Amino acid sequence: MTLVGLFLLLRGFEAIQAAGPSFITEQAWDPNSGKFGIAAVFMGTVFIALTAIFFALPLSFGTALYISEYAPERIKPLLVTTVDLMAAIPSIVYGLWGFFFLSPIILPLSQWLATFIGPWFPPFSVSGFDPNDPLATLTVFSASTFIAGIVVALMVAPITSSIMREVFQQAPLGEREGALALGATKWGMITSVVIPFGRGGIIGGTMLGLGRSLGETIAVFLIISPVFVIQPLILEKGGNSISALIALRYNEASGFEISALMAAGLALFIVTLIVNFGASTIVARSRSGSLGD
Amino acid sequence: MTDVLSRTEQVTQTPPDVPLTDPEAAPAKTTWTRAGNDPGAAGPEVRRSTATIRAVDIIRLIGSALAAVGFTSWLFFFALPLEGELGFVLISYGMFLLLFGILTAFDENRPTVRDRMASVVMHSLAFMLLLALFSVVIYTFGRGLEPLGFFNFFTEDMSNAGPLDGLDRGGVLHAVVGTLIMIAIALILTVPLGILTAVFLTEYPGPFARFVRTVVEAMTALPSIVAGLFVYAIIVQFGFTRSGFAAACAITVMMLPIVVRSADVVLRLVPSSLKEAARALGASTWRTVWTVTMPTARSGLTTAVILGTARGIGETSPVLLTAGATTFFNFNPFSGPMTSLPLTTFTFVKSPELNFIARGFGTAAVLMVVVVVLFLAARAIGGRGPGQLSPRQQRRRTSASRDDDYRFRGRELGVAAGAKSRKRAALPPPEPIAPSKKE
Repeated sequence: MTLVGLFLLLRGFEAIQAAGPSFITEQAWDPNSGKFGIAAVFMGTVFIALTAIFFALPLSFGTALYISEYAPERIKPLLVTTVDLMAAIPSIVYGLWGFFFLSPIILPLSQWLATFIGPWFPPFSVSGFDPNDPLATLTVFSASTFIAGIVVALMVAPITSSIMREVFQQAPLGEREGALALGATKWGMITSVVIPFGRGGIIGGTMLGLGRSLGETIAVFLIISPVFVIQPLILEKGGNSISALIALRYNEASGFEISALMAAGLALFIVTLIVNFGASTIVARSRSGSLGD
Repeated sequence: MTDVLSRTEQVTQTPPDVPLTDPEAAPAKTTWTRAGNDPGAAGPEVRRSTATIRAVDIIRLIGSALAAVGFTSWLFFFALPLEGELGFVLISYGMFLLLFGILTAFDENRPTVRDRMASVVMHSLAFMLLLALFSVVIYTFGRGLEPLGFFNFFTEDMSNAGPLDGLDRGGVLHAVVGTLIMIAIALILTVPLGILTAVFLTEYPGPFARFVRTVVEAMTALPSIVAGLFVYAIIVQFGFTRSGFAAACAITVMMLPIVVRSADVVLRLVPSSLKEAARALGASTWRTVWTVTMPTARSGLTTAVILGTARGIGETSPVLLTAGATTFFNFNPFSGPMTSLPLTTFTFVKSPELNFIARGFGTAAVLMVVVVVLFLAARAIGGRGPGQLSPRQQRRRTSASRDDDYRFRGRELGVAAGAKSRKRAALPPPEPIAPSKKE
C-alpha cells in the first residue's frame, strides 16, 4: 500500500523537477510547453472544500445532536441507518442531483447574494453581473464553486455527522443527569456537558469531512466548468479542483503530462493525508477521554 | 437521552402507595413534591404529567409557522419584488424562528427561550439533511422512471442504439455485467487480503502491526481519482490497455482499506476468553483464528465485506480512468474496454440528448437500488454482535453439541469414533442437554 505513495512520488518527481518552484505558484496548466502549476487547481480545491464544510458543519452538527439528544428512542436506529445509507450513496448520484435539480434552484439565491451582499463582501461579488440590468441572465452563476460546494457538503455531512453522533452519545450519563438535576434546560445541559465532551469529535469529524471533500471528483467534475485561474469569487461560473483536473486531462495526456498529473495527485494525496491524520488523532484522543473534561 | 429524562422524572414521581399527609410513613416527603411541602394543601394528589411536550409549545410552533408563511407571502406578492421558491422558504424560515422566539419570550425566561430555539433549530437541521437525502433518492427515481419502464432497458446493450433512437432501443445490461465482473474480481482480491490483514492486525500486535494500521488509515484518505490515476499510470507504463481487470484493481485499492478497517474493529470485539479457551485446549494460533475467532465474528466480517462492496460498486472516477467505456457486451475482463453502472451513468448524462440523460438517470436508479439492497443486507446481517446467534444457528449448535455427546459416549462404550445418527439408536439416551445460550 505504501507502494501507491512511493509510485506517485517517483512519477510525479519528474514533473516537479521540470517545473521547479513554479509548480506551486503557476496557475496555468500546459505541461507540454513546460508552463504548469497547481496554484489555480489547488486553490479551487480548497475553495470548494471550504464552501462544503461551511454548509456541512451546521448540518451535520444539528443532525448529530438531534439523533443523540432529541430524537425519540424508537426512531433513533432508523435515523442512524438513514444517515449511514446517505454516506453509501454513490457520488455520481449526488452529482446528477446537483447538476439537474439543485443548480436551477440555487441560481436565484446566488443572484440575491451577489446583488445584496456582493458589494460588501468581495467573495460574493460576480464580475460581469450588473444588478441593475433587467435583462441579465442567471448563467453567470451556474457551474460555480458555490453549487459544487453545496453538493459536496451533502456528501460529507453524513460522515461528519456519524462521527459527531458517536462522540456525543459517549458523553457521561452522570454528568448529564447532574446538569439536569441542577436545573439546566436541555440546551443548557447540551452546551455545558455534551458539547465540551464532544469537542474533539466535532473538530475531528469536520476535518475528516474536509479530507473527503478535498478528494471528491465526479460530482465536482459534473457541475463545475473548469478555469485555470485562482477564482475566489465563489458565486461566479467556473472553478476547478485537482481531482476534476485529473479526470479532465488524463485521457489525452502525453507521458510527461501524466507525470505532471501524478504530481498534482501527489499534492492532493499529501494534503488529504495530513488532514485525515490530524482528524483521526483528534478523534482518538477525545475518545480516550483526555479532552473530555 | 430520553432515558435520562424519563429516569429523572421517575424520581420526581410520587410513589402511589405512600400517603403524603402522614409524616411518619414518608419522612423524605419534603423533597418529593410541592404538595408535600405545604401541609395545608392536603387532598387527592394530582397526577403529574410526565410528557415532555406541552400543548402550549405545539400551539406556539403552529402559530408562528402560519404567521411566518403569511407574512412572507405578503412580502413576496405585495410588498417587495422578490421571487424564487428557495427565497420564499428561506425567508419564511427566518420569520418563523423570529416569531417563535418572540412568542416564547412572552411567557418564559431567557434560558427557556434559548432552549426552545435551539431545539427548533436542531430539529430543522436534521430534517433538512433527511429531506436532502429523500430528494436525492426520489428525484433520481423520478427522472429514471421513464427508461425503467422499458423492458429492453434491462436486457440489451447500447450497441444498436443510435444517438437519436428512442428509449425502446438499447439498454444497460452490458453495464450490469461489467459491474458484476469487476466487483467479483475486486472481491476475489479484497476478501482474502483484507481479512488476512485484519487478522494479522488483531492477532500479532506489535510495532509492525501499528505501522500497517497507520498505512491503512492513510489509504482510507486516498482520493479515489488518485487510486485510478495510479492504476492508469501502471497500465500505460507497462503497455497494457484499459480493461475490466485494471478497473477491478483500482476498485480494490479503494475497497481494501475500508474492509480492513471494519474487519479489524469486528475482530477486536471477539471475547478474549473464547480465544484463551482455544489456546488452553492446545490449539495453535491459526487454528484458533480459523475455528474460534472467524466463526464468532462471521456476521461482522460479512458486514465489512458488504459495506466495502457497496462502496466499490459506486466508485466512478477510478473506473473512468481505467476501464474505458463501451456500448457493447464484453465478458473478458483482461482485454478490451469494459464499463460499469456508474461509468455508464456518467457517459450518458454528459450527452446533450434528452433520451441519453433519461437513460443516465435510469442507470443511476438501478445503481442505487443495488447499493441500497447491499447496504440493507449488511445491516440485517451485522445487526447482531459477535457470538450472538440466530434461533436457527442456536438449534444447529445445540444439535452439533448433542452429536458430540453421542460420539464421546460411543467412544467410551467402544463403538468406532465418528459414529453418528445411525448408531444413535444403539446407545443409551444421553442426559438431556439444555440448549446452552451464549453469554
